[in-house]
Order: sequence, then C-alpha cells, then structure tokens
Amino acid sequence: MTEIVMSQTPPILHGPSEKERKYDRQLRLWAASGQAALESANILLVNSGPGTVGVETLKNLVLPGIGRFAIYDEARVEEADLGVNFFLDEDSLGKPRSESLTGHLLELNPEVQGDWYPNENVKTLDSLLTSSPVFTTIIYTHPITPENLSLLESHGQQHQTPLVAIHSAGFYSYFRINLPGAFPIVDTHPDETATTDLRLLTPWPELAVFAEELTKNIDDLSDFEHGHLPYVVILLHYLERWKAEHDGSYPSTYKEKTEFRRIVQGVARTQNAEGGEENFDEAAAAVLKTLVVPSLPSGLKEIFEYERTNPAEQKSGFWVIADAVKAFYEKHKCLPLPGKVPDMKAQSKVYIQLQNIYKAKARKDAAEILETVQATAGGQTIDPAEVDLFCKNAAFVKLINATTGKISRADRLNEVAAQEFRNDEQAEMTLQPLSLLPIYLAMQATAHQVETEDGRGWPRQEEVLARVAKMVPGADENERVRQAVEEVARAEGGELHNVAALTGGMVAQEMIKIITKQYIPIDNTCLFDGISSRCQILRL
Amino acid sequence: MPSLKEQLKLRIESEVQTQIHVGRSFAMRLETRAYSDLHGTNEVNSGPLSLKGRGNAISISPREQLQAVSAHWSSNPSFPSNLQPHLRPNITTQSQHHQPLPSRPYHLHITAITMSAGPVHPSSEPARWKYLDRIRTRPGPFTTPEMFSGETSAEAMDKMKILVIGAGGLGCELLKNLALSGFKNIHVIDMDTIDISNLNRQFLFRQSDVGKFKAEVAAAFVEKRVKGVKITPHNCKIQDFDEDFYMQFQIVVCGLDSIEARRWINATLVNMVDETVEDSYKPLIDGGTEGFKGQARVILPTITSCLECQLDMHAPRAAVPLCTLASIPRQPEHCIEWAHVIAWDKEKPFPQLDKDDPEHITWLYQKALLRAKEFNISGVTYSLTQGVVKNIIPAIAATNSVIAAACCNEALKIATNCAPYLGYPENNYMMYSGNDSIYTYTFKHEKKDDCPVCGVSARELAVDPKWTLQELVDSFAARPEAQLKKPSVRAEGKTLYMQSPPSLEEQTRPNLEKTLAEGLGLMDGQEIGVTDPAFATVSFKFRLKFT
Repeated sequence: MTEIVMSQTPPILHGPSEKERKYDRQLRLWAASGQAALESANILLVNSGPGTVGVETLKNLVLPGIGRFAIYDEARVEEADLGVNFFLDEDSLGKPRSESLTGHLLELNPEVQGDWYPNENVKTLDSLLTSSPVFTTIIYTHPITPENLSLLESHGQQHQTPLVAIHSAGFYSYFRINLPGAFPIVDTHPDETATTDLRLLTPWPELAVFAEELTKNIDDLSDFEHGHLPYVVILLHYLERWKAEHDGSYPSTYKEKTEFRRIVQGVARTQNAEGGEENFDEAAAAVLKTLVVPSLPSGLKEIFEYERTNPAEQKSGFWVIADAVKAFYEKHKCLPLPGKVPDMKAQSKVYIQLQNIYKAKARKDAAEILETVQATAGGQTIDPAEVDLFCKNAAFVKLINATTGKISRADRLNEVAAQEFRNDEQAEMTLQPLSLLPIYLAMQATAHQVETEDGRGWPRQEEVLARVAKMVPGADENERVRQAVEEVARAEGGELHNVAALTGGMVAQEMIKIITKQYIPIDNTCLFDGISSRCQILRL
Repeated sequence: MPSLKEQLKLRIESEVQTQIHVGRSFAMRLETRAYSDLHGTNEVNSGPLSLKGRGNAISISPREQLQAVSAHWSSNPSFPSNLQPHLRPNITTQSQHHQPLPSRPYHLHITAITMSAGPVHPSSEPARWKYLDRIRTRPGPFTTPEMFSGETSAEAMDKMKILVIGAGGLGCELLKNLALSGFKNIHVIDMDTIDISNLNRQFLFRQSDVGKFKAEVAAAFVEKRVKGVKITPHNCKIQDFDEDFYMQFQIVVCGLDSIEARRWINATLVNMVDETVEDSYKPLIDGGTEGFKGQARVILPTITSCLECQLDMHAPRAAVPLCTLASIPRQPEHCIEWAHVIAWDKEKPFPQLDKDDPEHITWLYQKALLRAKEFNISGVTYSLTQGVVKNIIPAIAATNSVIAAACCNEALKIATNCAPYLGYPENNYMMYSGNDSIYTYTFKHEKKDDCPVCGVSARELAVDPKWTLQELVDSFAARPEAQLKKPSVRAEGKTLYMQSPPSLEEQTRPNLEKTLAEGLGLMDGQEIGVTDPAFATVSFKFRLKFT
C-alpha cells in the first residue's frame, strides 16, 4: 500500500497528486519506493529479427514510467513489420526501425526519455556501449548476431549488468535472465495468510501476562466479554491448562492438536443469545495453523548457508543484515518477530493492546539486530528502515541465482534435459504436465538463424536436429523435440504478434521485479507454449 | 490406431485424471503440484453432459453430443468450416499435450519431411502478413489435418466478425492483438469514459482523451494504426443489446472487471444456443487480471463448463459484520467502511455518493480518520479510503499484456484451427501468477450438471429450516455459488418474495419474516427458483436441503 503523507493541514489539500492519480493502480502493488526505482532505471533493447517482442516489453515498462530507454536496431521498416508490430505505421516504411519505434513508444508516456541507435553519431553497438552510461538492464532479442551477443555478454560481465535474452517465434517463446550474481529479495510480498506468526508456543512475558490478566476469571466473564476474547488469548489460556495437565509440554502431534482443538470448541458458550461464539470458532480454526514450533524457512536457510565469493556481496547491506539475523537466530532459536496480528473478533481496545504487544516485541527484536548491524564493519551506514523491512519479512526473504558450483552452462543443460526427459516418461503416472524443454532446444538451435531474401534460407529439419544433438546428445531422437523442431520450422523465425505481446508482458513483469527488488523473479528461464497455453520455469 | 470407441473411453479416463488436479482456489492451485493429495478436489463429473436448446433440455452421452453438434455445424455452409473442430468425433491430437508420447505416428511424419514446413497460402496482402500467414495457412505437427484448411483460413478470417467486450486494460490490448492477428471486422462495447488512472496501462489513451468514451477512442486509434481493420465502437452497456445483436458474431472476447457483466453475457450466450441453429454457438473467451495474476478461459456454451459453473472460483470478499463497523472497529478498513456505510447515510453531506468525486472521497477519508483516532487505529490514508470504497483492484500493463494475448491466441486458433485451442476436450482454463516466479496452471474445469445457467438439475442449497425467508434472501449475496444481490424467490406454484414491481414487493414482503419450514411450509428436498434483475434471463434452481 502506498503511504500518502499525512499532516495537520486539511486533507482536501493533500489528496493525491496528478502523478499519484495516474499511477494509482500500480502504486498499490509496488508503492512509492518501487516507483522511484523504476523512474531511475535506464534500459537498453538490442532488437533484431521481426523485432516485436522487445518492443512489447518496452511498452509495458514505458507505461508505468520507467526513467529512460534506448533501442539499438539495425533494421529499416518494411511491409512485414507493419503486420506484426503495433508501434510502426505506414509513415515508418523505409525509416530506421529504432527511430520509428522510439517515437511511437514515447507517445505513451511524456515522463519517459528514449533514444535510438544507430544514428549519425553512434554507428555500432560497440560504440553505443562504450559511449553510454551503464544501463540498469540490457534486453536483447533473437536472432541476434553472435558478434553482437558476445559484445553484450562481455559488457554485462564487466559492468555487472543483468542481461535478458528473448526469443519469440510462432506459438513458442522463451526468455532467460542472466543476473550478474546472487540476487537477494527482501520485499517478496508473500501471501497475507502465510505471514501469520503468533508465537503461541513461545509467548514472551508481556504476552503471557496480558493473556493471563484477561482470562484469570474466564468462567465468570459476562457473555459479552467472553464472546470478545481475542482468539490469541483464548489459545494461550487453554495451552497453559494443557501444559499443566501434560507435564509441561504443548500439544505437538496431529492427534494432540486435534484433541486440543476439540477442547477449545467444547468450552465455547452455547447458551448465549447467538447460540455460539465466533471468537471460539476462530480459535479452533487457528489451532493447526498457529501451533507450530518455529523452524528455519528454506529460503532463509539457503541465505544463511550461502558462501559469498563476490567481494561486492561482502559489502552489501543485505548481507550485513543477513549475518545479524543469523546471529539472532542462533542465539534465540527463532527469527525476529514480524509483529503483525491478523484481524480477529475482539473489542477495539483489547485488540489494539494486543497489537501493541506484538509491535513492541517486533521493535525490540529489530533493535537488537540493528545493534549487531551497527557493530559490524560498514554497518553504520545501513538505513535502519532496511533492517526493519528485513525483520518483518525475514521468513520470506529469498535468494535468486545462487551460484551452484562450477558447472558449465552446457553441462547444466544436459543435466536438466536428462531430468526432464525422465520426468516425461513418468508423466502418465505422476499426472505432471509434459516438459517444455523441447521448445527451448528447438529454438536454441535456430537462435541466430537469419531470414534470407528469398525466404528459402530456413535450415532443413535434419540440420536443426543435428544442432540439437550437438547441445544435448540423443535429444534429436526424442519425439517431442522433433515435433517442436517442426513447429519452429513452420514459423521460420517469424513472430506471431500475440505470442510476442504475451512474452513481452512476462518479461516486463520480471524486469519490474528486478528493478524494484519486489516480488520474486524467475530463476532463470521461462518457456512458453502458445499451443497448450502454459509456461515452465527451468534453471538453465 | 485405437477405435473411436476406445479413444473416447481413453479420453474420458484422462479427463477424470485431470480433475484430480483441480483444487478449489487459486492459492491452493499454486500448491497443487506438491500437495494435490492433501487438498480438496472438485467432484469428478463423468456423467452425461447436457445439450440444451431454447426452452428444452435433453441429456445425452458425450459421444452422441459430439456427433450431433458436429453434424449440425458441418451441414451449414454459411458457418466457417474451421469453427467446427472440437465437435468432430475424431479428436486424436487434441489430448497430446497431456499424455506422454512413446509411440506416435509423428516420428514417421517428421522424418518424411526433408524441406521446410509446407507451402504458405498468402492472404491478400502477402508482404504485410508474411509471418502470420506462415502459421495460419499451413499445418504444424499439432494441427489436426481434418479440421484445418490452409487455403481458406485467411479468407475465412477476413469475413469473420468478432466482438470485444470492454475497452479498458484488457480491451485495449485485445483490440491491438486481434487487429494484428488478422481479424478485420471487430466490434467493441464499453460504457465507460477515460479516467486519468487508466493511463498507466490503457495504452490507446492519452492525457487529452480523459473524459471521452473508451470504446470510441480505442477503436479509432487501432483503425488508424492498422490498415484494413474495421472497428465499430458501442458506447453503451452490454445489456442494451439483445440476442439478435450478439448473433452476428462468431467469437466473443471479454476483458471485463465486473463479475456481474461476465455472468450476464455468459447467460445470454448460453441461452442463445439453439441446437437446430448451427450459428447459435458462440465461443466465449474471457480474461481477467489482478496485480501480477490473471486467468484466461474458453467457454463453448452448453458444451463446456460455463462462467456460472466456475463462479465459486471467484468467491466474494467476506463482508465485515455491521456490528464490528458500528461498535468494535479494529482495522483501518473498518473505519472507512463505517464512514461509507453508516456515517454517510446519517449525515448525507452530498445528495448522492459519487465514488469518483475527490470531494466525496475526502469527506469519507476525514470521517474515517476521526474514527480511527478515537479508537487508536492507525493506517487510514486517502489512498486506502479510495481503494476500499471503490474496491480498487491493482492493475498493470504487463499483466494485461499477458492475459489479453493469451485470450487472443485462443481466438486465432479457434478461428483458423491452425493449432488446438483451449476448450475441448481437454483443458479450458489457464491461471497465471507472476508474484512468485511465474506459474501457470492450465487445467480442465468440469461442466456442472447443477449449474443454474447451463446445467439441467437443481443445485443443492443447505439451509436451516428455522431461518426466516429474509435470512435466506440475504444469504444469496454471500454464497460463492450464487452471489445474487437482489434475489426474488419462487417455490413450486407460489411466489415467496419478489423485489419488483413495488406492488408485488409489498404483497410478498410479509413472507420475509416467516420461517422456511413452519412459516412457509417449505420442505426438505423442495426446489425453489431464484431470479435477479442482474440476470434477467436466468432462473437459478436450488433444491433445499435442511440442516
């Protein structure tokens, strides 16, 4: 939720600004912080082939207000472009494609800057890369020339710039995100229902005392008071009783928890006017979900165990905070409390008191972690708000593109292929959808295939299959790979506008996630099949 | 090759298996892969499907149905031959995405081809539609040859009329995509005018267009940009048109933000099906988005699961009890709803609440803020006030791009049969989520026999016999499978409660206080009919089940 500044002036004066109104529907997703990140981003598109998918991607970034983009495209607009690319028209025919595209894209949002290349001053991709400030991200579309691709790859490596490769042809597409190193995300926006962490099995003194106070004469409470006890308090009270009757241990097995739930259901008053108590219903419903011993979520475990080799990582605020959280976890055997209390039936005052008890504990935990952070070399400059956010989201912090050993890309492709083909053999039994890897192999085999003037330049299928076999020996024998090769041949490298638009939408979503460092990006390749209408993510 | 009978048997078996994957909500769905055995499953429905005509309903087996409808469609030369596909009995290749392919004839097929794909049949502007023609005029490995005619598919699309409902976030994208997919004659309906908050995604509109009709501006823009396409705008409500209007289209694509409008067009299209009129089957393609998530689905009216069958997947947000708003608010939303529902009515600062008027929202915001202060609740902002009061759904260009293109993709496949499309006999629904990585779940939603719109039997309705009729009437709004806000109720032979006309309302009002069993004499297992002004043509049939 976007926070709109509140002050003592009459509210009518600080309703949303023009810009807040224009961006209202997206600010509700990534807030002002995400918007600021977008507005300072600078994206380069290196376009080739029919050239629609990259432009559709840019469209979806220009509309929400990316800061700046540049298009490098050596093509001139021809008739076929007008049948597939919406941001070109009759007047564009014969002109540099990058110029017409940039002009039409800029019409979408006056707040965005755009440049096009090659132009009079910058004639090659090489000179563009050496003369430009560093780009936030570089997108390129197939069939890029191998020369340009290697330029981009070395540039990306040198400047730690994320590269996104896109290939769209006929009903198929894929895109692959190449991040320069491990990419942590703190603001992952987990599902609201997943974030409840009430610590009912490890109540701290303030919480325990509060619950005790409210329930010490529970049987003498009026129906109103009894019917408005927050379920957290109800559960804490009956957990104490359970402990007293079970040698100080909590219900831990499924059987014990359902038994405990039965007890909670049994103590609800039914002789009142409503014939039951909503708060006790809520308490019973929460038993299985909330009576859990704190454990370390897999995403955070990966972060705690991640071996940092990149010197840039050592200095980053994220890793300093991660170390402090790890120390906290080792000391207290639990994560810092997020401090959020879900809504529950209760009187306003009691609920707010309960909320404050959780908030106070969350602040205390965060303060302890901040202290550790500030005692670390380089930790003094870290914004306490960053520590706060980490503490609130600790259970959902996620690491993307964590390096896994020294395996080469070619070997990894073979490993994945073996696994995917094995899975497909079991698919009838496991009811899993079939792998989309064949699409990747068929497209990758034609990744640099340029159309010839007479249109007869598309390689014979044996030739394409031989290229597949070179990447993954034996894959050319796979029937689904053969089908995919045939389907790719139908398109001969041509785009369907639809599939380009769909893929451009997905790539734009991913770019937004990477630029704003919110939500969780793919790791690292997305394959799309427009025939069965589905995606698959693979790490390739 | 297995015989036809065996194929049908196999297909039904595979459909039953597919169903095991179908959970009840999107959240569950995302976990289904890992936890399919732990979560609830939809009932497996392999019973006879129904083929409903105007006013009469018959029940036949899937096989008979396929043959019957297929015969109708193929016997009518005016109907584009390639719109008959899913109804042909011989549907061997449509299921191939869902089955491993250990020994298929494709192997031979492929090795036999040594050149590129077959010849292209260029359209009237071969240079311009070069890429599209490669796909729509020649078969691929998944194209069913008997259903595909490459020579005529471009021409057939030229003649086709397609309707887009909604010219908003999805609608703008749909118009662009359809125009660049070779559709030449497009109509678009939208009653709304352009608001500044549309500009972050509705890319056919500019600042200077604010206040103008969406349909008009969008149609003019795409017509100007894409030569040769004709787009007819209608600045009105879908309910302003009758069946004759909808009958002229071959395909309907929806990009709506309201469930009610979707239900209306769905009920209308299902109702229009007349088994003796081949042209009366209008495939409905529906898209929807929220934030980074969305869905695209295809409905073949009376043949596959319709929007009403799928209604429980869009459960209404649980309403906050009035007593919470009135006396024990705990959340900022409670304070805003209090201002909206209670304070506004009491103080009437303006004659009519206009949710788009910043002055009105400001009034609600100030009221909510005061109330929040009184109860020590934090978090009331202008933005939240607006979001709660207008029920704003976050929306971005990127997601609209994905979902609209997925819908258009199905339209292109339905129009040409150049590849199997969602709908029949397998998957008909794609869910998309981009919050955590990218995840799609493409599955088959089963048709429901007790669907009030396309089914034949009444739907069971659990009620307490001690309820008053008022309680029953109120409960329809919240039930995920009903969601009727102004229901009128009839039982066999008698009217229990009518919302209108006023005279009848007054006459039936006393019934509201009576209890179902004792007061009104309703019995366990009795059928009732429910109508709602939002769905004029539909009578929802329920069978009471006393609890």
